[in-house]
Amino acid sequence: MSRNAWQEDRGNKDRSITRSGGGTMARGTATDVRPDTTHAFLVGDSMTGGYGTGGDILHDCTIAVDPGEIAVIVGPNGAGKSTGMKAIFGMLNLRQGGVRLDGEDITDLSPQDRVARGMGFVPQTSNIFTSLTVEENLEMGAFIRRDDIRPAMEQVFELFPILKDKRHQPAGELSGGQRQQVAVGRALMTQPKVLMLDEPTAGVSPIVMDELFDRIIEVSRTGIPILMVEQNARQALEIADRGYVLVQGRNAHTGTGKELLADEDVRRSFLGG
Amino acid sequence: MSDRVDLRAVGLFGLVALLFVGTGILQSWNVALTILNMGLISAIMALGVNMQWGYAGLFNVGIMGFVALGGLGAVLVSMPPDTEAIAAGGGRVLGGLLLGAVTIIAAIFAWRRGGRHAGWLMVAVLIAGFFLYRAMLDPGVEAIEAVSPANRGSIGGLGLPVLLSWPVGGLLAAGAAWVIGKTALGLRSDYLAIATLGIAEIIIAMMKNEDWLARGVKNVIGVPRPVPYEVDLQRTQSFQDLAARFGADTVTASAIAVKLAYAGLFAVVLLILIWLTQAALASPWGRMMRAIRDNEVAAEAMGKDVTRRHLQIFVLGSAVLGLAGAMMVTFDGQLTPTSYQPLRYTFLIWVMVIVGGSGNNWGAVLGGFLIWWLWVEVEPLGVLLMQGITAGMAEGSWLKSHLLDAAAHMRLLTMGVILLLVLRFSPRGLLPEK
Amino acid sequence: MEPLHALVTLANFVIVPAVAYGSQLALGALGVTLIYGILRFSNFAHGDTMAFGTMAVILTTWGLQSAGIGFGPLPTALLALPVGIAVAAALLLGTDRVVYRFYRDKKAVPVTFVIASLGVMFVYNGFTRFVIGVDDQRFADGARFLVSARGFRDATGLDEPLVIKSTQAITVVVAVVVVAVLFWFLNRTRTGKSMRAYSDNEDLALLSGINPERVVTYTWLIVAGLATIAGTLYGLDKSFKPFTYFQLLLPIFAAAIVGGLGSPIGAIAGGFVIAFAEVTITYPLKKVLGYFLPESLAPDGLVQLLSTDYKFAVSFMILIIVLLIRPTGLFRGKSV
Repeated sequence: MSRNAWQEDRGNKDRSITRSGGGTMARGTATDVRPDTTHAFLVGDSMTGGYGTGGDILHDCTIAVDPGEIAVIVGPNGAGKSTGMKAIFGMLNLRQGGVRLDGEDITDLSPQDRVARGMGFVPQTSNIFTSLTVEENLEMGAFIRRDDIRPAMEQVFELFPILKDKRHQPAGELSGGQRQQVAVGRALMTQPKVLMLDEPTAGVSPIVMDELFDRIIEVSRTGIPILMVEQNARQALEIADRGYVLVQGRNAHTGTGKELLADEDVRRSFLGG
Repeated sequence: MSDRVDLRAVGLFGLVALLFVGTGILQSWNVALTILNMGLISAIMALGVNMQWGYAGLFNVGIMGFVALGGLGAVLVSMPPDTEAIAAGGGRVLGGLLLGAVTIIAAIFAWRRGGRHAGWLMVAVLIAGFFLYRAMLDPGVEAIEAVSPANRGSIGGLGLPVLLSWPVGGLLAAGAAWVIGKTALGLRSDYLAIATLGIAEIIIAMMKNEDWLARGVKNVIGVPRPVPYEVDLQRTQSFQDLAARFGADTVTASAIAVKLAYAGLFAVVLLILIWLTQAALASPWGRMMRAIRDNEVAAEAMGKDVTRRHLQIFVLGSAVLGLAGAMMVTFDGQLTPTSYQPLRYTFLIWVMVIVGGSGNNWGAVLGGFLIWWLWVEVEPLGVLLMQGITAGMAEGSWLKSHLLDAAAHMRLLTMGVILLLVLRFSPRGLLPEK
Repeated sequence: MEPLHALVTLANFVIVPAVAYGSQLALGALGVTLIYGILRFSNFAHGDTMAFGTMAVILTTWGLQSAGIGFGPLPTALLALPVGIAVAAALLLGTDRVVYRFYRDKKAVPVTFVIASLGVMFVYNGFTRFVIGVDDQRFADGARFLVSARGFRDATGLDEPLVIKSTQAITVVVAVVVVAVLFWFLNRTRTGKSMRAYSDNEDLALLSGINPERVVTYTWLIVAGLATIAGTLYGLDKSFKPFTYFQLLLPIFAAAIVGGLGSPIGAIAGGFVIAFAEVTITYPLKKVLGYFLPESLAPDGLVQLLSTDYKFAVSFMILIIVLLIRPTGLFRGKSV
């Protein structure tokens, strides 16, 4: 982290005058080194880079998702799964590689601009407005849209019926699984061309996890391509059309979910046999 | 690297010295020395704040309160005791204060051991204790204040040498800081800023209202001096000879001699404090403080009691503020509670620390001298400026007289602009840390 | 009749003044809490912002008065309010542009903003004194009383009078309207919701396409309105003196923290808690208690719990007690 003098608080954490937890989202940078490879709908192509001025975390890593597909990024802890997703979303300093959406180069766009171009992103943590009601969360999701958002909201309520019942409750009061539904619903409100989920099942019980996966499949059936990072590799690969196994920031294995599940190497190294 | 920084420090201190010499030549040496003496005191205050902010990131906005407490200490130690007043109500007042202390201890006990209704129990104890305390204290206070209120009406002091009051002033401030720190730093999150802001106002309110203690708004004058009086000097033959040798008028010479004596005393205190703080910073204790500041989580994980360390540094810094406050009252020779204004005694010291360089003791000292000089000199400079601006205006015009009158307020504006400029363009201050 | 008399006395000397003062504190604390919620720092320049806005109102009032324009029985200052708010808004937006925006771009920590606000405080303070001086200014005109002592006695036949100054009535009415509009704005409009969303989760707000600069601009605009209105109401009710406004910082901060920093509802509750505590504890309750207690138990002293100068101590004690019992304030603010 490069710190300037204005970021030195000398350890002050006086809550009577300052409020912690400000925005952490920083915009990444890009270079012109962009080898052309595939023609996928969304592709992070040969990405190399890291956070700030720190060392590279990704090394020539390529991740792509096609229309109608669920693509899953799996791998051991610290493999750069979330980093790969953040790179596609423009929150990483890329030294090489590029990102294209629907054939258009978006490498130079800020995360916000990528949202405007049709990328929906659900962060792993802090992915809802806890003090706003469920309905307000969805409304905020559609902030950039100036047209009628009611059909989109109805669609979200169809996908996640429980949210309709709880629409006037503050989102922070919901259970873990319901919060994740709000988070996904919020991202869907822009009617994105592609949905990116960073560990949507982190910290929820196995039953809720199964339900969440069912919902994700349903979202995918509405025609939105989904790219997600998952800790629960086996379940994720079972529903994946395409899987990426990352090891130390590099593509270790790529294939359909079934292929990867069947792959001896993949099973041995981290699916636990 | 260190050579370059040292050069910078020497250059800047040289520049400030030039400002003082210039004042001496262009205005008068008496004025220059007055500013210098208050500059020395300001430097000590800045040093105290820098310990809290620079070493530990504690945001103290109650500097005024600790400085005022130090001043109260000076009065209570050095003024002669008023035996008549003490006989009239001293016992009751003492009893009342003890009762107050017992109440607070009981309240804390209720809070800690009260079980489910601890909060209510504590409030009940506080309310009951408050009435008992008032019942005990009030008659005593009345008796004391009734003793020739026009020129006495307070308990006086201990009648000890005034130099002794300096450390006592520091102790008083330290005691108050301990109570505040213990409360505010012990809360689930840190509420030190608002706590200090409040306590400073309370201390000033107390000093204005408790006439029995130090005469309140009737002020205490004639605080004993650690240096000779001008009139005494003027009467001494050897001093007259000395003045004659410099070719100076005896009256002026005596004023300057007294101020030089003060400057000497203050400079000794300042140098000792700088030496102590620098040594502390280089010691294992200082390294630990910096470790905590730079990464509190890691320090905590290594078993350091961060809250305790913060309390420690807060008390130490406040003690330095109290010391400076006692010195200031000694220099002024009087205690005037109404003169304690937050802009002057709290926020101006902050400007000194930020401009000088947070975390750097020499920076704080430099800031103390420079900002104090500006604070005093901006006013005449502002008047000059306004005279220049209004020179072309018709004599006696409304705008002209308004602008000339308002020139006095230029100093606040200037301080704000200086703080903002330094924060923007040299955020680590004139003498950055390390 | 006795309890009724006691009640009237209590209303006259405690409830009416405390409600008016509480409304003023609440409006002030709302401004502080909004900045804390959205810009993440406590604005030490808030008291001086109030003083500046009020000064603009006073100057406009004088202008209107000399032009012979009045507002009937209401104070002319109410007519001047929009001008004062506009001037204060220009000042705050200008300050944001020149001072705070730079630190936002640099992703500065909140305490840097606090220090910057100290500088801004000096500048505003100096500027206000430069323009209008340090003296007391009275600018209330129009009818003085809504309920006068005599009118109340004649109407009710009670011995004890009840006086409601028109400025107190205006304070409460204006405060209610302002708070209603503010809450409608925050809870019902798209922009208001986006401000709450930004305060709740900055990163997610950005991901949702909410423009932070717009949110910040709206915040300063609202704060300009709240500060100017609070300052003007306080000045109408009491008088305008720059230093008094600077000193309001403590009760305002205390109110915001007691209510829960970052919580608008809390700021209002905190304002009234602090105001009632200050007025009750520093008012001589002898007369009130005299009506309630039998003759033999009637207090001899004034039963003034603390001298008026200790009103800061009251705000402070309440603050400490509330923080001990509920560290997040009455309405769970964002300070933990």
